[in-house]
This record gives sequence, C-alpha cells and structure tokens, in this order.
Amino acid sequence: MNRNPQLNAHGELQHLITLEGLSREILQGILDTAEPFAEVAEREVKKVPLLRGKSVFNLFFENSTRTRTTFEIAAKRLSADVINLNINTSSASKGESLLDTVDNLAAMQADMFVVRHASSGAPYLIAQHLAATGREHIHVVNAGDGRHAHPTQGLLDMYTIRHYKKDFTRLTVAVVGDVLHSRVARSQIHALRTLGVPEIRVIAPRTLLPSGVADMGVRVFQDMKEGLKGVDVVMMLRLQNERMQGALLPSPQEYFKYYGLTPDKLRLAKPDAIVMHPGPMNRGIEIDSAVADGSHSVILPQVTFGIAVRMAVMSMLAGS
Amino acid sequence: MPTLPDATALCAQLAAAMRPSITPQTALVGIHTGGAWIAERLHRELAIQQPLGSIDVAFYRDDYNQRGLHKGAKASNIPFDVEGAHIVIVDDVLYTGRTIRAALNELFDYGRPARVDLAVLVDRGGRELPVAATWCPQTLALPASQTLVLERDGETLSFRITEK
Repeated sequence: MNRNPQLNAHGELQHLITLEGLSREILQGILDTAEPFAEVAEREVKKVPLLRGKSVFNLFFENSTRTRTTFEIAAKRLSADVINLNINTSSASKGESLLDTVDNLAAMQADMFVVRHASSGAPYLIAQHLAATGREHIHVVNAGDGRHAHPTQGLLDMYTIRHYKKDFTRLTVAVVGDVLHSRVARSQIHALRTLGVPEIRVIAPRTLLPSGVADMGVRVFQDMKEGLKGVDVVMMLRLQNERMQGALLPSPQEYFKYYGLTPDKLRLAKPDAIVMHPGPMNRGIEIDSAVADGSHSVILPQVTFGIAVRMAVMSMLAGS
Repeated sequence: MPTLPDATALCAQLAAAMRPSITPQTALVGIHTGGAWIAERLHRELAIQQPLGSIDVAFYRDDYNQRGLHKGAKASNIPFDVEGAHIVIVDDVLYTGRTIRAALNELFDYGRPARVDLAVLVDRGGRELPVAATWCPQTLALPASQTLVLERDGETLSFRITEK
C-alpha cells in the first residue's frame, strides 16, 4: 500500500505535514470546515468544546511568536489544553534529542504535536516515529519545517483567496520574493495547483529561485513589472535575512528597488487585485508601507482567517 | 411501513399551536438543515419580529470522539441578542435528544436566554436524554433501524424513511 502517510486507512487526514499530494477534495474540505469556525470568533464566548480534555503541545524548535500564538489561540478556542515549549536546538544530535523529547511528551498523554523546526522533515520524522511505536493516535501538525513546508500558512492563504475571489479556476496568482528559502512559497504553489489556479507566476531574482522551480508548473519572471501585469492576487514573501548565506543580494535597498511591492508596481496588477503577506513584514524591503496599509492589502484578514483554518485542521485531525 | 407524516400539514398545525405563545420578543432558531427549513416557514407564517436564527451543532455534538467532526458543518447564525430572549428551537424530528442538548449548549455560548422552548414536527420516541418538546403535532414510533428524513424540493417539504 502506497497511501499518503498523512492519511489514515479511511482516507481521513491524520497528520498535516505538507499540502503536496493532498487531493482537491481534502483541501476544499478543510477550507469549507474553516468557514463555520470563523463565525465562532464573533461570539460572546469564542470557544467550542470539541477538543475539551485534549492536550496540544506546541513544540517550537525555532522561534516564531506569531505562528505559535495563532496555534495556541486556535487550540484554546477548541477548548484544548495547550502547552508551549520553545526548544532551541543547536547540537548535532538533533535527531536523537528530538525523538526523546517526543517520547517524554507522549508519556504525558499528548494528543497533538504542533511542530516548528529548522530542519526539513522533522514533523514527518515525528509522525513516523509515533507510528513505529504504536502511538499513531497522536496527531502531528507541521507549523513550518526548514525550507520544506508550512501547510497551515498555505491553507490560510487559500482561504483568503477564496474569500475575496471565490473561484480559483479563473485566477492569475503571483508569488513574489525569496522563493529559495521559503517553505511558505512551496505550500502555496502546491495548493494553488491542486485547487486549479490556471496561471501561477513566480517573481524573483535568479539568486532567490530554487533550481527546478519551473518544474512546479509555474511561470518564472525576473522582471517584477512584467510578472505583475494583470494578476488577481499578489502573494508577497518575507525576505529571509536570517537564512541568507553568502551574497545572494546586493543590498536591501537595491532589492526594494527591483522587487519591493510599491504602489507604482501594484498598478500593473488588476484594479481589484489583493495583496497578501505571511508576516512578519519587512517594510521598505519587500513591501512599501503604502501597499501594506493600502486598500488592496488583506494582510490582517489573513491573520484572522488563520485562526479559523487552524481550528479546522486541529479538529479534523483530532476527530480522525 | 407506517404512513409517512405530512410535513406541510404538520407545519400548519405547529404554527397554530405556537401562535398563542408568540410575543414580540420571541425568536426562532432552526437546527441545520431540516429545522432551519421549518423555522423559515414558521417565521413567515407567525410574522415573527425578531430576525430568524439558525444553528449547526457540529461543534457541540457528543459523538465527536467516536465519529470525528461532522462533515459539511455550516456557520451558526444568531442575529439577535440571546441575553434575556424568548427562544424557540425548531427541529424536524425529535429522537434521542442529543441534538437538542448540543443546541442548548451552543445557544448558551451566545448569552443567557430568559426562556427556551422546543418545536418539532415529529416525535419518533427513543429518547436517551430528558428532553421534551413544547409543541409537537405528531408522534410516530419507529424502530432504531429506520431514519426519518425531511427533504425539501423547492418550497415543498416532505418526509422520507430510510433504512440504516
């Protein structure tokens, strides 16, 4: 049997590690499920009892206050008990200590691990380890691993696009910026393809494009003005300074000149185009404040939708 | 095979039974989906002044740990202030009482109503919780192997019995 390791024997999502290989039905199912969760946030009591008595462990081996907070809020609005662990890794024996950590927390009756890790594949390793040791009832959510994937970010981006644009099958979507280091970009491109977006463009300088990006079914542009022409959605990426090794960029100022999203460049997109950014933003490097705070920006709604999407994912996993 | 209840006639009977208790403060909340259809009709026929509410109890069901999240959950919509309101929960069929338990729990997360009543078209027996309808024009004993389903075709409501 060659089934997707994220799915259980009934074809239900058991872990969420990557959007790659998940069907359109599953992705749409998550987006559909997120809709009623968005309503919960409008209530007097912003909480539903689905995960009451469940323990969700946020295992953050890499710092990310925002992502951790949104997962924490999502789990708490599902009535789960949330335990946050910020574990800074440095040593070479990561693999061993990672699984030791997991074993210890599993012994504390964990029901779900939300994992952020600098190494690609860490959440998958944990899921495999749990399966190999007969603890597949513990669910794993990838909250970002290395350059690999950030599936809940990809999903909340899809939720945002669907909210404003309704139909994926008529859209031109541009992903702009540091694709090379971006797990977000990979998750976005997989999801956009699966959901039937006919034209996906990637706009970046050659030095920030991963090799083989064209094989992902995208059109590559190095000229941002050319690439933004007529697009419905502009998905900006954060310039990941902390991941830069060597001289990939001349200077932040020069990057802004060629690849920063300014009102002038945005005028080339469709008049009703939306601008997205996963945060945290580098204002004046990849995005001009006038755009970030402008009328096309849906950056703050993305944050709000992100909680509903994470509630949907957690409740689907925990109920599988 | 018992005779199928006539949904249209039962709706009219239910409206007539409820009419004396309706005040300007009365609000209806239909349980998704069959109850919401009936609530829509009652709202019109009884000229209810409060906006119509609907509720999907998927997030409050007690079988989540056995059966997972109910697929196709819809957002609940409570467009009036629950605090101090007179609320009538409307559903198509009253059976185990578990859906009503979930709906009550959900409602109370919006506020504290002054009074809650329950209006259903059919009581099919088989209660597993101490729940009773305030208004119910028909009772019908059905074996556990059968499900009584309300369907809507345009404006017409009708019941169908399916075998599990």
